Amino acid sequence: MKLTEKELEVVEILAKNARLPLETIAKMASLSIEETEQIVHKLEEEKVIVQYAAIVDWRKIDGHEGVTAMIDVKVTPKRGVGFDEVAERIYKFPEVKSVYLMSGAYDLSVVIEGRSMSEVAHFVSEKLSTLDSVISTTTHFILKKYKHDGTVFEQGDQDKRIVMSP
Amino acid sequence: MTYRTKEYLSETVVNLKPSGIRRFFDLAASMEGVISLGVGEPDFVTSWSVREACILSLEQGYTSYTANAGLLELREEIASYLLRNFHVGYDPKTEILVTVGASQALDLALRAIINPGDEVIVVEPSFVSYIPLVVLAGGIPVSIQTSGADEFKLQPQQIEQVITSKTKALILCSPNNPTGTVLNKKELEAISEIVKKYDLLVISDEIYAELTYDEAYTSFAAIEEMRERTILVSGFSKGFAMTGWRLGFAAAPSEFLQAMLKIHQYTMMCAPTMAQYGAIEALKNGANDVEEMKKSYRRRRNYFVQSLNEMGLSCHLPGGAFYAFPSIKATGLTSEQFAEQLLLEEKVAVVPGMVFGESGEGYIRCSYASSLEQLQEAVKRMKRFLTRL
Repeated sequence: MKLTEKELEVVEILAKNARLPLETIAKMASLSIEETEQIVHKLEEEKVIVQYAAIVDWRKIDGHEGVTAMIDVKVTPKRGVGFDEVAERIYKFPEVKSVYLMSGAYDLSVVIEGRSMSEVAHFVSEKLSTLDSVISTTTHFILKKYKHDGTVFEQGDQDKRIVMSP
Repeated sequence: MTYRTKEYLSETVVNLKPSGIRRFFDLAASMEGVISLGVGEPDFVTSWSVREACILSLEQGYTSYTANAGLLELREEIASYLLRNFHVGYDPKTEILVTVGASQALDLALRAIINPGDEVIVVEPSFVSYIPLVVLAGGIPVSIQTSGADEFKLQPQQIEQVITSKTKALILCSPNNPTGTVLNKKELEAISEIVKKYDLLVISDEIYAELTYDEAYTSFAAIEEMRERTILVSGFSKGFAMTGWRLGFAAAPSEFLQAMLKIHQYTMMCAPTMAQYGAIEALKNGANDVEEMKKSYRRRRNYFVQSLNEMGLSCHLPGGAFYAFPSIKATGLTSEQFAEQLLLEEKVAVVPGMVFGESGEGYIRCSYASSLEQLQEAVKRMKRFLTRL
C-alpha cells in the first residue's frame, strides 16, 4: 500500500521509539493529535504496524540468560504449497522466534530461543528434524549479541561535546 | 623598571571584546545535571564510514603534508558536490581551497580583500567571529540589525542605508547562526541587485547549507552574475557532523582564491591530511547519512519550536541550521538575565541573544541538536521556569 508522506513520517518515528507520547509524535510530524491518532490507528488496522515490543537484553536478568540458536534448515518443497506448509509447521512452535525463507545453500533460517542448550538440542532432534520435509539441519548457537534490530546493546555513547559553543 | 606584559600586546587584540559565551560556558561547566541547548554543533558522531576512511589513511601512512590547496582528489570532490547540490561550477585546480574549518576560510577571505579602513557589512544577529575577524584583518565592521518582525531576514534597503565610499564587502550567512533563518532565491536576488548597484563583494558563509528543511537551498553564488562577486565559504562541520576534524573550504573566482592561497601557504601550509581523507569519503558516500541526520533534525525542530510557542516563547519556524531563536521579551527579562536564571534555577543552558549582536537582545538561542529525551526534559524545565516568573 502507498503511504502518504505524513503517514510514512509517523511510521519512521514509531519504528525508532514506539513509546513516545502521541503529543510528541504529533509535534515532530507537524500534525494535530487527532490526525496522528487516526494515522496510527489506520497503520495498526492495516497491519503495517504489526506489534509494539521492547528490545530486552535478557542476559542482564538472572535466571533468564537463555540461549538463542540460528538453524539452517534444508527442506523438500511440496507441490502446490512450496515452502509455505513446512514453514508454517515450524513457526507454530512457540519457541521459534523467527522463520525466513532464504536464497543460497539452505532453505529456511529458523531462530529458536530456549532456556538451555539441551532444551534447544531437544527441540531440533525431536521436533524439527523429524518433520517429513526436513532433509537436514545445521545449528549455530549465538555467543554474544552486539547489535540487534539496529540497536547496539552496550552503548558508550555519552555526549562528548563541550557544554557551550558558538 | 617594572616589566609589564600587557604593554607588549597588540592594541587591536587588547581592544577585542571577549566572547559573551565564555561566562555562561564557565558557569554551565561548573554545574552538574545541566541540559545544554547551548551547543553549536551536531549531536551526531561523524558517520563510521568517514571515521573508518580516516583510520585507513593513517594505517596506510598518509601522514605527510598535502598540496597547499588540499588534496586534488578532495578539491575535485568538492567541485562536483557544489555543482551537483548547489548548481555552481568551480575549477578544482584554481578555484577551490581546503581550509582548517570554515572559520579559517572566513579569515583568509577577509585578509585577502581588506585594505586598512575598508568597511565590511555584518548582518546581526550573527556568528560571533565575523566582527573580530574583520577587525583583525584591519577592516571596519559595520553592523546591520535585522528584526524579529522580519524573521531576521536581511532587507535589501538596510544594506543601502549603511553603504559608504569605503564599503567593500558584505558577509551573508544563510541558514543563519543563531536565528536559523534561510534566505530564499527571491530574497537573495533582491540582495544581489544592491550588490551590483554598489559594486560589493559578498562573503557567503554557507556552512549550514546542507541543513535546510522546507525548501531546496539556494547558494548566493548560484544567483545570476553573483558567482564572480562571491567568495563561498563552507565546510564539513555541520552537515557532515565533523566539527572536530576542522575541515572547511572556500570556492571563489581564481584571483580571489589565489590571494587566499598565498596567505594560507605561509600561515597554515595545508589542512590536516587525515581529515582530508575522511572528507573525501564523506563527499563520495555520505549523502545518505546526511539525509538521515536532516530528517532527525527536522523532527526535533518541529517538536521543539512548537513546544516553545506553546509555553509562550514566540518563535518563527527556522528553515535551517539547528537553532531556534525564540523571543523572551514577554518575560520582561534581558536575554542575559533569562539565560542566567534558567541555568541556575532549572539547569538548562541556552545562549543569550545579545551575544550575537544588539538585535539579538530579547531572544535566546536554543540548539535542538540534542536527543529527543533531552529536549523533552528541557521543555518540562523551561515550562516550570516560566510559570514561576
